[in-house]
Amino acid sequence: MGGIKTSIARKVAMALSGLFLVLFLAQHFTINFTSVVSPDTFNEISQFMGTNFLVQAVLQPILIFGVIFHFVMGFVLEIKNNSARSVSYAKYNGGANSPWVSRNMLLTGIVVLAFLGLHFYDFWVHEMQVKYIQGDMSGLNEAGEFRYYEETVAKFAGQPVRVAIYVFSFVLLMLHLLHGFASSFQTMGVNNKYSKGIKVFTKAFAIVIPMGFVFIAIFHYLNNL
Amino acid sequence: MSTLDSKIPSGPIADKWTKHKNEINLVNPANKRNIDIIVVGTGLAGASASATLAELGYNVKTFCFQDSPRRAHSIAAQGGINASKNYQGDGDSDYRLFYDTVKGGDYRSREANVYRLAEVSGNIIDQCVAQGVPFAREYGGLLDNRSFGGVLVSRTFYAKGQTGQQLLLGAYSAMNRQINRGKIQSFTRHEMMDVVKVDGKARGIIARNLVTGEIERHSAHAVVLASGGYGNVFFLSTNAMGSNVTAAWKAHKKGAYFANPCYTQIHPTCIPVSGDLQAKLTLMSESLRNDGRIWVPAKKEDAQAIQAGKLKPTEIKEEDRDYYLERRYPAFGNLVPRDVASRAAKERCDAGYGVNKTGQAVYLDFSSAIERYGKEKAFSSGKKDASKEEIIKLGKEVVESKYGNLFDMYEKITDQNPYETPMMIFPAVHYTMGGLWVDYNLMTTIPGCYATGEANFSDHGANRLGASALMQGLADGYFVLPYTIGDYLSNDIRTGPIPTDTKEFEEAENEVRNQIESLLKVQGEKPVDYFHRKLGLIMWNKCGMSRNEKELKEAIEEIAQLREEFYNNVRIPGKAEGRNSELEKAGRVADFLELGELFAKDALDRNESCGGHFREEYQTPEGEALRDDENYKYVAAWEYKGKPKDAVLHKEELIFENIELKTRSYK
Amino acid sequence: MKLNLKIWRQEDAKAKGEFKNYQLNEVHGDMSFLEMLDVLNNELVEKGIEPVEFDHDCREGICGMCSLQINGEPHGPDRGITTCQLHMRKFKDGDTIVIEPFRANAFPIVKDLAVDRSAFDRIQQAGGYISVNTSGNTQDANSIPIEKDKADMSFNAATCIGCGACVAACKNASAMLFTSAKVSQYALLPQGEVEATDRVLNMVAQMDKEGFGNCTNTGACEIECPKGISLENIARLNREYLAASLKG
Repeated sequence: MGGIKTSIARKVAMALSGLFLVLFLAQHFTINFTSVVSPDTFNEISQFMGTNFLVQAVLQPILIFGVIFHFVMGFVLEIKNNSARSVSYAKYNGGANSPWVSRNMLLTGIVVLAFLGLHFYDFWVHEMQVKYIQGDMSGLNEAGEFRYYEETVAKFAGQPVRVAIYVFSFVLLMLHLLHGFASSFQTMGVNNKYSKGIKVFTKAFAIVIPMGFVFIAIFHYLNNL
Repeated sequence: MSTLDSKIPSGPIADKWTKHKNEINLVNPANKRNIDIIVVGTGLAGASASATLAELGYNVKTFCFQDSPRRAHSIAAQGGINASKNYQGDGDSDYRLFYDTVKGGDYRSREANVYRLAEVSGNIIDQCVAQGVPFAREYGGLLDNRSFGGVLVSRTFYAKGQTGQQLLLGAYSAMNRQINRGKIQSFTRHEMMDVVKVDGKARGIIARNLVTGEIERHSAHAVVLASGGYGNVFFLSTNAMGSNVTAAWKAHKKGAYFANPCYTQIHPTCIPVSGDLQAKLTLMSESLRNDGRIWVPAKKEDAQAIQAGKLKPTEIKEEDRDYYLERRYPAFGNLVPRDVASRAAKERCDAGYGVNKTGQAVYLDFSSAIERYGKEKAFSSGKKDASKEEIIKLGKEVVESKYGNLFDMYEKITDQNPYETPMMIFPAVHYTMGGLWVDYNLMTTIPGCYATGEANFSDHGANRLGASALMQGLADGYFVLPYTIGDYLSNDIRTGPIPTDTKEFEEAENEVRNQIESLLKVQGEKPVDYFHRKLGLIMWNKCGMSRNEKELKEAIEEIAQLREEFYNNVRIPGKAEGRNSELEKAGRVADFLELGELFAKDALDRNESCGGHFREEYQTPEGEALRDDENYKYVAAWEYKGKPKDAVLHKEELIFENIELKTRSYK
Repeated sequence: MKLNLKIWRQEDAKAKGEFKNYQLNEVHGDMSFLEMLDVLNNELVEKGIEPVEFDHDCREGICGMCSLQINGEPHGPDRGITTCQLHMRKFKDGDTIVIEPFRANAFPIVKDLAVDRSAFDRIQQAGGYISVNTSGNTQDANSIPIEKDKADMSFNAATCIGCGACVAACKNASAMLFTSAKVSQYALLPQGEVEATDRVLNMVAQMDKEGFGNCTNTGACEIECPKGISLENIARLNREYLAASLKG
């Protein structure tokens, strides 16, 4: 991050990493959604993603780097921005001129970050443990079937608190995306006759994808009552 | 008989400037590096001069009281800038611009200066476009023009309603380039408190840092005053709150003659005064007169009903309206020059036909323009049988695209919608044609002290035409002063830096300190504004749009008394150190209180009516201004002698070789 | 109407400031906000109290000198205007109005409500100009036709009055709207293209050096800008900057 020295370069880096995470999110959602439609497909894709060399050795580190970069840069920018006004206003009517989501990216971001911690603990740590520490790359359970679907469902079935946390976190992710996704285009210098369309698309994306995740969580919870 | 040498070059008028440039002395580039110039004021005249002088190689120091050079009041000019480009092919030429300006000034300006102004006017536009000034353009990509009062051609270039800001930003950007090169040192939030003379020559200034209160000495080989006009002597005017006469007045007290102080321009289209506590008047651009029609009710009882709030202007039938400018001046109609339009408004209001609660306003009506544009638009967009409502709607759109920002501004201030009801306007003090006397080289009667832009008296005679102030400021700064100053500075190439630890600087500094102390010591009862407001009322009532001997004499007495009261009863809290805006105001008002008296004295001396100076004793039976070319065809340059009333008059006879003196007629 | 005013008073840049309360009993709707402060100040002067210092000059919304954060918004609650154009009819009898200086580390306080915005000047000095000599031998003004749309867009960017409301409104005290307006004005004109690369790099570098925050696209600046400078300009600045950085 030392190489990115000017304000605009930092913003662009932030936007690019954000866009990358948005792509990842879309991909993640697509795969997860198959768990609602067809457990077999879900298992197959999970096995592929979990064992493919390219995905595991190249894309996964990039993704982790992207996540870390986005968060660290977010904090760096926030610190810089806060220090640009060391005496704050006694009365600040931010609601008069800007949407709440745009002013609270840090808050929504931190919640998403906390969620990611839980999420990593739930899935990723477990996966790493099984695959690389125990060395079991088969993706099969003791019964010899793919374990992914059943493990996923198990996280939600009979776990109302976890589902609630999921719902809450994805609502905040939605708020984060409502501003962030469209904003990244502005930062990349895109503001032209297509901007209206881009805005509509990004807003739709920001609502549909997180709500989709929420749907999946609730679906599995309700399905296993 | 005159002690004044205007240094007008000989030869035919069209060749004078070229010839003069060829003959004057120049300073070689290597020597320019050793010469310092102080420029006071960073409006169009000051910023353009600073940039050009620095570019030529001089070391320039600029001073402005605002927090940035970009904020000088040139920024508020709305309408446009004239240039004899003849892009419209409507018969314009340098001569015609020259002729219009001299005639518009009621034959009280110096021919040679005005011709030079016309000659360089085209260059200004080239220069500004090269600088990136975003002038309005036509669909073909070429520059657009519009028409202004007092002329029969379209020669006004504009940038929507902010021509002044765009031109000033152009000059400011040129300054920035030189600041970045280290050739200009910009002192903001600094006020010039005095000129310092060494061996009779202007060699520096004393300035007050308005943040710390420090009194500073700055030396230079020449001092340029581009400090603007003195319209704020009227308290209420369209000038900025900070606009002041101090720099020019201090130079006057040190020996610069003050010329034609009584020539003041009262602009016809301002928003009327709304209350006693108002501090400032807002101008509505003259460009509105291109499409707006000015009227008052033809029947007195209607006017009274409107004043009492019982009748609305839209309820008055067409035949009961008096479009008095169209009636009196059929050839120019609503586009007569400013002085004529203002006086006509005053005449109607004085006769009891004014509108507004106070009876001090007239209507500026866009309804016929809306209808006309609506019809044109409907026709050109193929709607041959458009309904009345459609036409009005289309017309409003056209008017909005032309004047939208002005209409919005009007609505913000008055809370009335000018698309639905006519605007109310009234004349207000806007510009001062008088100023420091300068010769053809723009040098005052103090050697080495120059005055440019509104601060000098030179180009507009007794009345300025619209869109000519920007032209003059930039002409002086970009194209005239940078040449002529070299003639004087060529004698200074061996002088070396001017030291500031001399007795001349010390004396000047002490004087400034004493003045500040004496003002702070009064500790009376009334704030500075109280005196300024009172002065303004005297000026407006007795030295305003029309003047007479009796009232001018009263004004002189009253101003002198007010000045005495000021020095006995003004109250300025705070200290001399640090920021103290009451102290700043007090210094400025102290100078206005002296200038005001000289103003009245000058108006009393000029027994004729010309341009913005209308003496009730001198008018034709129809109420038009009556000039006296036999006795008053001169510039009145006043020399300071201790008190305004003791000022000594020096006359510079005006010689008209290229224009025949005529009664100005716009009928 | 009667008003309660809560005004920030601070002797100079280094002093510690505090809010002081004042009351005005006769305020008219037709008065401008600054005329209301004039009335307060004249009352204070008559009592021998130092008046409230605030910056102002043209009082017609064009010089950009007036500032003030009024009830949490730069230039007050109305839109498309500066403080000097704000009229008291926007307030109600009995209102309490909180008046603070524009706050940003890049805009240190001069006194009371007056702040130092010379950072803006320095950003412009870093490259906000076209390097053309002013002594008159330029080509004819009409020799380069410019598309009307582009000329108008350039004009719209150039209408910025440099008041600093964008910085004051921004939660990050970012000066991107200001800088982008200036960069855009020149970037849209053929005359400005020649130096476009250096201009944008130098102006952004200076902007960063002055200690303004980063743009996070909240859009507050555009809403509060008295001249309605569009966010499109910030996108253009980003674009120009990226292109310039890649060029080197």
